[in-house]
Amino acid sequence: MARAITTNRKAVNTALAWAIGLLIFFPILWTMLTSFKTEAQAINDPPLFLFFDWTTENYSTVMERSNYGRFLWNSIFIAGGSTILGIIIAIPAAWSMAFVPSRRTKDILLWMLSTKMLPAVGVLYPIYLLFINLGLLDNVFGLTFIIMLINLPIIVWMLYTYFREIPGEILEAARMDGATLKSEILYVLTPMAIPGIASTLLLNFILAWNEAFWTLNLTAAKAAPLTAFIASYSSPEGLFYAKLSAASTMAIAPILILGWFSQKQLVRGLTFGAVK
Amino acid sequence: MGQITLNQVTKSFGETQVIPPLDLEINEGEFVVFVGPSGCGKSTLLRLIAGLEDTTSGHININGNDATDLPPAKRSLAMVFQSYALYPHMSVRKNIAFPMRMAGMDQATQDAKIEAAAKALNLTDYLDRKPGQLSGGQRQRVAIGRAIVREPAAFLFDEPLSNLDAALRVGMRLEIMELHEKLKTTMIYVTHDQVEAMTMADKIVVLQAGVIEQVGSPLELYHTPRNKFVAGFIGSPKMNLIDGSEAQKHDAATIGIRPEHVSVSSTEGTWKGRVGVAEHLGSDTFIHVHDTGLMDMMTVRITGDIQVKHGDDIYLTPSMDQMHRFDEHGLRIA
Repeated sequence: MARAITTNRKAVNTALAWAIGLLIFFPILWTMLTSFKTEAQAINDPPLFLFFDWTTENYSTVMERSNYGRFLWNSIFIAGGSTILGIIIAIPAAWSMAFVPSRRTKDILLWMLSTKMLPAVGVLYPIYLLFINLGLLDNVFGLTFIIMLINLPIIVWMLYTYFREIPGEILEAARMDGATLKSEILYVLTPMAIPGIASTLLLNFILAWNEAFWTLNLTAAKAAPLTAFIASYSSPEGLFYAKLSAASTMAIAPILILGWFSQKQLVRGLTFGAVK
Repeated sequence: MGQITLNQVTKSFGETQVIPPLDLEINEGEFVVFVGPSGCGKSTLLRLIAGLEDTTSGHININGNDATDLPPAKRSLAMVFQSYALYPHMSVRKNIAFPMRMAGMDQATQDAKIEAAAKALNLTDYLDRKPGQLSGGQRQRVAIGRAIVREPAAFLFDEPLSNLDAALRVGMRLEIMELHEKLKTTMIYVTHDQVEAMTMADKIVVLQAGVIEQVGSPLELYHTPRNKFVAGFIGSPKMNLIDGSEAQKHDAATIGIRPEHVSVSSTEGTWKGRVGVAEHLGSDTFIHVHDTGLMDMMTVRITGDIQVKHGDDIYLTPSMDQMHRFDEHGLRIA
């Protein structure tokens, strides 16, 4: 089959892939371009593509008006914290599902995943009330915890898939060699699963970073991450496209850079288990 | 140290009982081989002893202590797996050190033991390599090294040679036997290869469908198999088992005669047949004989080389004092 793919078809495929890639990337590119326009140019009809007066004025305005550093720190704290916390909980869970499965393991896995199918707004009311009663509203720790819970099914699923690839005999050997459960997970399983754990970490960091529903609903000022920072520029008193775009660009830049440098890990993580 | 006793041990997976109640005594310093066709429960039995599977009922004693509910780590046994089960992310040195590290042994003792094990197993030059950079035989040696340093009460081997090529297998077989001579530690060895069982064991345990068919020394099993199954399983080529009127002549339901206990002639003999395939090994010749009217195909083993052609008539004479007789239940008639 491989030989049947001619040079011509390869060229067509490449062009198609680029076209689809650009189509997906276009909104981000447009946001970035708009962030360097004046407000007037931003809403110009016909839209200006590259030939306008490039300005960084929006960025200075945004920096003046909001404390970007604090939003950034909150984003890093929430995304990083929820991911690490999730991994710590998910490793033992995935271990037991992969290596000592019970008759119900498959059902539990599916049930966990099914929680992701529930529209988040469906549980907003109870969780909001819980947060009020526990005094967790606008609190980074509360937010970290809830986002960890939201992403936990995906972390467990990913780790489970990775762990399944590790031969059980090696863990049995560790048990025979006198390892306790803790040593077995710490010294044998985890080091062997490092590539899998790394891509799980990355993907969940990105998911947590981009999470907007809970961050917008459960924060006000103190705990607000970059998603709330963007939202603060879509103001009801008029649309400031250029400033909104500048804020968006600033919010997505860190994660875009992280994703760029770790794309190999990410692709491996996303296709793992699917291609064998 | 190294006495293992199984008392009415059973194992079920769900509804299926794979090991019906089983008793077995393994003495200090013995080399015991569990042998049987695949799926006979030999590996399960080994894993029960190791503690990697829980017994459904019954008791396992190790050195007089009830070990039935002890975790594997607490049974002072070491295991060598078919897949070697080395830690791929650790160097050979760290692999061998792992059980000592888990036991909290001090660094100096660890180093000394690693050096000694590496020397004994010809691994000194490979201590800093990862398992992925070693050949199959070397990996198996690392697995053995990792077992030795624990100084266990008994070694458990789960088909350790089946991933190696034939030449290497014979070499490693000798190494394991040498090791047993040197350490005098109890060894339990699982294999489906009856040649390995015959050459290595002090005591062979023949299993079928989770049931022990016979326990004995290799020659006991060879000379006095307790039933038809053991008779057919032990010995290579297989024993010829003959049913029907020929067996009735000897007051048995089945008679068995090993290929090496039949002599051949081109002119006269007890049974007449036609030569099928002849396998010339140089030292021996295996002749497969058809149309004897006794069984589908009879195998005869002749020492040295003998010139026979496909389709030749041939006369066979069994050595009467080497004949085995079995009753209608397949049990040996004394």
